[in-house]
Amino acid sequence: MSESAKEVSQPTSISPKKKKNFFKTIVEDYQLWLLILPAIIVVIIFNYIPMYGIQLAFREYDFTAGLTGGEWVGLKYFEQFINSHMFWDLLRNTLLISLTTIIIGFPAPIILALIINQITWKKGKKILQTTVYLPHFISIVVLVGLLNVLLSPNNGLIGLAVSAFGFEDTNLLASVKAFVPVYVLSDVWQHVGWNSIIYLAALSSVDPQLYDSAKVDGASRWQIIKNVELPAIVPTIIILLILNMGTAISTGFEKIFLMQNSLNLPVSEVIETYVYKIGIISNQFSYAAAIGLFNTLINFSLLLLMNYIAKRFFKISLW
Amino acid sequence: MKLLEKIKKRKKSDIIFDVVVYILAILMFLVVAYPLYFIVIASVSDSTLVSTGQVLLFPKGFSLFGYQEIFQDSRIWIGYRNTLIYAVGGTFVNLLLTLPAAYVLSRQEFRARRPLMFFFIFTMFFNGGLIPTYLLMKDIGIIDTMWVFIFNPLTVNIFNLIITRTFFESTIPKEMFEAASIDGCSHFKFFWKIVLPLSKAVISVIGLYYLVWHWNDFFTGLIYIRDYNLQPLQIVLRDILLSNQVFQEGAGSGGTGGGYAQRYADQIKYGVIIVSSLPILILYPLIQKYFEKGVMIGSVKG
Repeated sequence: MSESAKEVSQPTSISPKKKKNFFKTIVEDYQLWLLILPAIIVVIIFNYIPMYGIQLAFREYDFTAGLTGGEWVGLKYFEQFINSHMFWDLLRNTLLISLTTIIIGFPAPIILALIINQITWKKGKKILQTTVYLPHFISIVVLVGLLNVLLSPNNGLIGLAVSAFGFEDTNLLASVKAFVPVYVLSDVWQHVGWNSIIYLAALSSVDPQLYDSAKVDGASRWQIIKNVELPAIVPTIIILLILNMGTAISTGFEKIFLMQNSLNLPVSEVIETYVYKIGIISNQFSYAAAIGLFNTLINFSLLLLMNYIAKRFFKISLW
Repeated sequence: MKLLEKIKKRKKSDIIFDVVVYILAILMFLVVAYPLYFIVIASVSDSTLVSTGQVLLFPKGFSLFGYQEIFQDSRIWIGYRNTLIYAVGGTFVNLLLTLPAAYVLSRQEFRARRPLMFFFIFTMFFNGGLIPTYLLMKDIGIIDTMWVFIFNPLTVNIFNLIITRTFFESTIPKEMFEAASIDGCSHFKFFWKIVLPLSKAVISVIGLYYLVWHWNDFFTGLIYIRDYNLQPLQIVLRDILLSNQVFQEGAGSGGTGGGYAQRYADQIKYGVIIVSSLPILILYPLIQKYFEKGVMIGSVKG
C-alpha cells in the first residue's frame, strides 16, 4: 500500500492540481488532524462553549440547570438594561473612552514610526526603540500603581511639577475631568512604541528605488514622507484600524477597573466593569450576560462597519 | 571635511526637517524613559527627599528601607511563587498546543486548512463574554485552582498562532517534507525532528510573549481566584500598590497595622514595582532582538 502511495505522491509534486489518491490524503491528514486536535478541543471548550452559553442572556439563570438550562425569558434582561438608569451613562462612558483612545492612540504610533524611520544615527535609533518598547511589558497593575504614585497630590512627581508651575495641585486620579485624559495618555505612553513596530516593518519594505526616484525628482524629506512612505503603510493602517475598532470597547477593562475610585466613578464606570460588578460580584448572571452581549454586539457591529467602509473605499478588508 | 560638504550640499529645508525630527525623538525618549528612571532612583532614595521633590536626577540619601520591608513580606513571595508556577506551566501548555496547530495550518496540502483557520480567527472577534465564560469555568470546576491560569480562552493565542504559522510557511520549504516523506518520514517525526529544531527563533518569540502575558496576568486572579494562597503576584501588587495595604500583616518587624506615613508607603511601592517587574526587565534584552522579527513574520500574511 505504501509503495503505491509513494508512486502517487511523486507526480503530485510536479502537477499539484492533480487530485490526490483519496486513501493517501486520509493517511496524511490523519497525522495532521492528531497534531491540531488538542488546540481544537481547547478552543471549542474555552472559546466556543461560552459563545453557546450566550443564550443565558435570554434565559433565567438556574443554578441546578447550568449554562443553558433555565427558562426562556426572551429580551427581558435587555429591556431591563436599556430602561435602567445606568444605561445612558454606561454607554456614553464606554463610547467616550474607546473613541478617544482610538482618535488619540491610533495615529500616535504611525507618527512615531515615521519619526524613528527618519533617524539616521543608528545607535540613537536603537536606544530610542529599546526605550519606547519597554513600557508595553509593564503589567497593568504596575502601570496604574505608577500613575498613583506619580500623580498623587502633594508628593507625586507630576503633582509637584504642577504646583511648581503655579497651578493648583489637584488630585488627578479622583477628578471627573481628568479621568479620560489620564487614561488615554497613559495608554499612549505604554503602547505607542510597541504599536509602531508593525509600521516600521511596513516602512522597511518600501522599495529603495522609490526613494531614489523621488530624490532624483528633487523631493524634499517632507514630500518623501507624504508621497512615498505614507502610501506604503496605508494598507497596514487600514487593517489595524479595523482590528482596533472591533476590540476598542473591550480592551480597557482591567485598566479602567484598576483606575476606578468612588470619586471618578461617574465617568469611569463602563459596560465591562458594570458586567463584572453585576455578574461576578452580585451573581445576577442572566442580567450581566445580557449587558455583556450588548457590549459584544456593539463591538462586532463597529468591526463590520469599519470593514465595510474599508472595502468600499480602499478595497482592503479583513475577509 | 566630508561631513561639512555633505551638510552644505543639503537643502536648508532638509536641515530644518532633521532638527525637528531629532528634537521630537529626544522628547519622546525623555517622556518614556524618565518615569521609568525615576522609579529606580526613588526606590533607593530617602523617602522624605523623594516626597518633597528633591530627587530628580540622582538618588539622594541612599536607603534600602523599601526593599528591606519587601523582603520581609510573605505575600509577595507567595505571589511570586504562584506566578512562577502559573507562568512556566502555562507557557508550556501554550506552546504544546500552539506549535503543532501552527504546523498543521502551515501545510498547504492540508484540506481543512482554510475552514480551521477561520475557526480559530473567529474567536478573535467574537466571544461569549465574561459571564458565560465564568460559569463554564465554574461548571468544569477549575475556579480557585491553578488550572484556570493554564486553561482559559487565551490558552491558544490566535496572534501567536498566526505568527508561528507564517514563520513555518516562510522558513520550511514545501519540498523539504516531500523529500523527507519519500524516506519514510511521518508528519510527527518531521515536526519533531526537523520543524522544531529549525524554528528556535519563533519558539523563543512566542514563548516569551506567552511568558510575559502570564507574568502580567491580573484578570484571571481577579475573576477566578478567591483562595489567598493561590493569588498570583499581580493581585498581591494590586493590594499593595492600589489598595494601600502596605504590609499590614508582613512577617517580621515593622508591620504595625499599616501605620506607616504615606511617604514610607510610597518608597515601598517604588520598590515593589521594581521587584515585581524584575523578571521582565531581565528577559527584556533577550526578547527585544526578536520582537521586530516576530511582528514582521506575523504581518507578512494576514
